[in-house]
Amino acid sequence: MPADSPGGLHWLDQDAGPVVRPYAMTQGRVAPSGGEFDLVAFVVAVVPDGVSMPGLQPEHHAIVAAAWDPVSVVELASTLDLSIGVVRVLLGDLRSAGLISLYEPPAAAKPHDVDVLKAVVNGLRAL
Amino acid sequence: MDSVRSDRNGGSSRIPTALKILIAGGFGAGKTTMVGSVSEIRPLQTEEILTGVDGADDLSGVEGKTTTTVTMDFGRITITDDLQLYLFGTPGQDRFWFLWDELSEGALGAVVLADTRRLADCFPSIDYFEQRGTPFVVAVNCFEPDQRFAIDAVSRALDLDPGVPVVLFDAREPMGARNVLIELVEYVARRQLAAAGSR
Repeated sequence: MPADSPGGLHWLDQDAGPVVRPYAMTQGRVAPSGGEFDLVAFVVAVVPDGVSMPGLQPEHHAIVAAAWDPVSVVELASTLDLSIGVVRVLLGDLRSAGLISLYEPPAAAKPHDVDVLKAVVNGLRAL
Repeated sequence: MDSVRSDRNGGSSRIPTALKILIAGGFGAGKTTMVGSVSEIRPLQTEEILTGVDGADDLSGVEGKTTTTVTMDFGRITITDDLQLYLFGTPGQDRFWFLWDELSEGALGAVVLADTRRLADCFPSIDYFEQRGTPFVVAVNCFEPDQRFAIDAVSRALDLDPGVPVVLFDAREPMGARNVLIELVEYVARRQLAAAGSR
């Protein structure tokens, strides 16, 4: 029996292969409602997990639970072992329901701030 | 880093900034090893809808669509509470180029891993980043101590633009991988300052 992962969603290990087609979880929807999410956008739950969220699936609940503190889209996918595409569709549902706030990263065209780069170098040196 | 959250009762939490660095290179060049040596590595699944691709992968999952599952290596380095560095080991096969487009969007830069026994393997990565204007450094993975090559020779063999750093390192050593990342970030900062100065 593999160790429980957050939310206890995993009852088979990787070797079993996909049990459910990824997009079955989203009823076949492949694009999130209301537009795309950046990979490094941060998600924050507006409500604690456990409040009534009618019509939502366990995966929605798992996202809300994992996003109590700010968490990035890519981190959610990795932590919950869901594909990025699926996480995005589920996040679209949660956004439509007003259950999450979303913080997009600064515009991609904007160059990275040199002070930020210096902080990164210092942080790396301290590793 | 400026966004502060205040919409929830009971205080606010700051939204961190996440920076992306891509780790590219040919198959077996040490991408997974490098991501794993400096960060806690975790797999990241992505399904993509393939259109216009000859039936190399017949993974019909969604009605009338073809999807393929790609697993990437993903690592996180926490610089501060407000600043996180994400490393993405980019899938090497040509048919996954579409994934690179999203990964390189807004990326800080890239590390191209080169294996001197198969230097040509990293040509596609170099071409890609040159075309997109993504800053990159070339890191030559030296598996054996006697495999040291002159940096100039590698730079010439890869026909790199002047100024593109070439670093020799051992992907298995945490300090080696860390130093490559430092080299990249310092290079990006130099470029930025030069660009600001020429304005």
